[in-house]
Amino acid sequence: MDIHEYQAKELLARHGVHVPRGGLAYSPEQATYRAREIGGSKWVLKAQVHSGARGKAGGIKLCSNDEEISNAAEAMLGRKLVTQQTGPRGKLISRLYLEEAVDIAQELYLGFVLDRKEERVMIVASAAGGMEIEEIAETAPDSIIRATVDPGVGMQRFQAREIAFGLGLEDNLIGKATETILGCYRVFRDYDATMLEINPLVVTRDGSLVALDAKMSFDENALFRRPEISELRDKSQEDPRETFASDRGLSYVGLDGNIGCIINGAGLAMATMDMIKIAGGEPANFLDIGGGASPERVAKSFRAVLGDKNVETILVNIFAGINRCDWVAEGVIKAIREVGVDVPLVVRLSGTKVEEGRKILADSGENVIVADTLAEAAEKAVAAWREAAKNKKAA
Amino acid sequence: MAILLNRSTRVIVQGFTGKIGSFHADDMKRYGTKLVGGVTPGKGGQTHLGLPVFNTVKGAVRETRAEASIVFVPPPFAADSIMEAADAGIKLCVCITDGIPSQDMMRVKRYMRRYRFEDRMRLVGPNCAGVITPGQALMGIMPGSIYLPGRVGIVGRSGTLGYEAASQMKALGIGVSTSVGIGGDPINGSSFKDILQLFERDDDTDAVVMIGEIGGPQEAEAAIWARDNMRKPLIAYIAGLSAPKGRRMGHAGAIISAFGESAQEKVEILKEAGVVIVPTPASFGEVVADTLARTKKAA
Repeated sequence: MDIHEYQAKELLARHGVHVPRGGLAYSPEQATYRAREIGGSKWVLKAQVHSGARGKAGGIKLCSNDEEISNAAEAMLGRKLVTQQTGPRGKLISRLYLEEAVDIAQELYLGFVLDRKEERVMIVASAAGGMEIEEIAETAPDSIIRATVDPGVGMQRFQAREIAFGLGLEDNLIGKATETILGCYRVFRDYDATMLEINPLVVTRDGSLVALDAKMSFDENALFRRPEISELRDKSQEDPRETFASDRGLSYVGLDGNIGCIINGAGLAMATMDMIKIAGGEPANFLDIGGGASPERVAKSFRAVLGDKNVETILVNIFAGINRCDWVAEGVIKAIREVGVDVPLVVRLSGTKVEEGRKILADSGENVIVADTLAEAAEKAVAAWREAAKNKKAA
Repeated sequence: MAILLNRSTRVIVQGFTGKIGSFHADDMKRYGTKLVGGVTPGKGGQTHLGLPVFNTVKGAVRETRAEASIVFVPPPFAADSIMEAADAGIKLCVCITDGIPSQDMMRVKRYMRRYRFEDRMRLVGPNCAGVITPGQALMGIMPGSIYLPGRVGIVGRSGTLGYEAASQMKALGIGVSTSVGIGGDPINGSSFKDILQLFERDDDTDAVVMIGEIGGPQEAEAAIWARDNMRKPLIAYIAGLSAPKGRRMGHAGAIISAFGESAQEKVEILKEAGVVIVPTPASFGEVVADTLARTKKAA
């Protein structure tokens, strides 16, 4: 789960990380009021969306008076910001963050990730901040400093100090940098983060060290014990199709194709989507219905998939392991009748009692295209989608 | 004896008396697994499914001489249960639980290092379908009926995609020595490489099918190990060709966040290492059959 920059900065500030003075605004008036609260003569207005690369997309504006703040706020609010990371749909700007402008002497990079190879928290730092870490890795790989934390004892002060010296900071900043790095680690650990990125961490002309931007993601499996993080969820930043599904306990990822997918198991779901692609179609979504595939869950899944107006065909692929195909088939028929499926539907069942399951589908009188194998299911779904698209055009 | 598990492995269930634990314990028993008891703290001394219940894993090991444990404990408490098993001298622990926080898994792995390698428990999972040695024993949630006993090993992250592969093989009369689900989490007990090492040494396995997916470094690590060390054919499929970068595809670990983690990139790495690639998820059966036929001819 991602959070906004201002929320990450609040968490970091509570753990001794220095951040610029700033305030949240939902309207141009609030933004100008915040400027007076903060004081000074230059401010930065920042769109709060769950994405990096906001500057290039017009989501960050330097302002030096009320009028500029008000105009910039007016232009941003209610608009969708399309960055290199959001995809073409973009993300809605409904919150703005106004900060005092900082006089930058040097930009650094500081990141914390859960490293899957080391199976530990890894710290990545570089004196070449201000660009994406991938870019740093390409243009200045020698500037990258890495350290891993032993989860048994946590991050040690010497590790933070080594990074501070490694960044080539002046002696009077080593203490501050060490505190900043240790503070970040504590936030990462105490809130079950999976990613924390301060890019840039800046040295100001008056010799302080400030987190100018902050990005954080959290482990969804740990939210049960981090209610203060769960509260920071902003549904306006999510794909509405995904919000609908996740509110119903379904694992769903929205994509841009036209063939809706309902599958049990994440691996089989990915494989079925692959098969659709190989057969010449594009999946509209990933959806893992979970182990049971009960009639209720099948119905919920149909609603989630049909909520996407781009869906022109649905492919259901269930491997009945613990439960039986005949039960799943009955559930599918029940769900079709309850939800009302108005696009071609291809169903492939496999596993226990598969013959009985197929018979129930065939005898139901519902318009269900039955497939025996994975390849056949994908081919039939793509063929049905092409047919439907053709009819749609003709009509 | 295939790998990890056979008909004489003495197994206990952690989270024995819960709904899920009971359901699968019963299923495993019926399959032929030598189930000797279970653990539910506070219910020690009771009998469940005709087997003794213990308060602690140590108690269960002492009384039943259990060597293996399967964990159905809910996510907030699962890491604790795994460490309890490790400390009680369990040799193989299979954790089915989905939803364990990553930091808990980091601690589990760190905790297990306190034991010498020879004494260290082998953890399979979490968030996996378990282990089955067809015709002998089942420690997991997979439907036993789809596996034919045989000589091909399967190791995969996903449950149902593993079933798909096994049933395609069964349809062609190809059986399985052992199938191991290593789970879909970013930090897991046994890696692909760990399991390949066991299959390579196993006299009952002729070839191995590896079913990977997007995210993480383990498939590439396994392929490079196999290139340098494995004599048996390795056949692999990587799921997630159509997965966009940065999105989690169901499994906590199925996310492309770095170079080399997409399906296309992994397939390239595997190909270069000489791994036989299953081009589509509909061709597991054919590719395994072809590979076995070619190996036989060469021998």
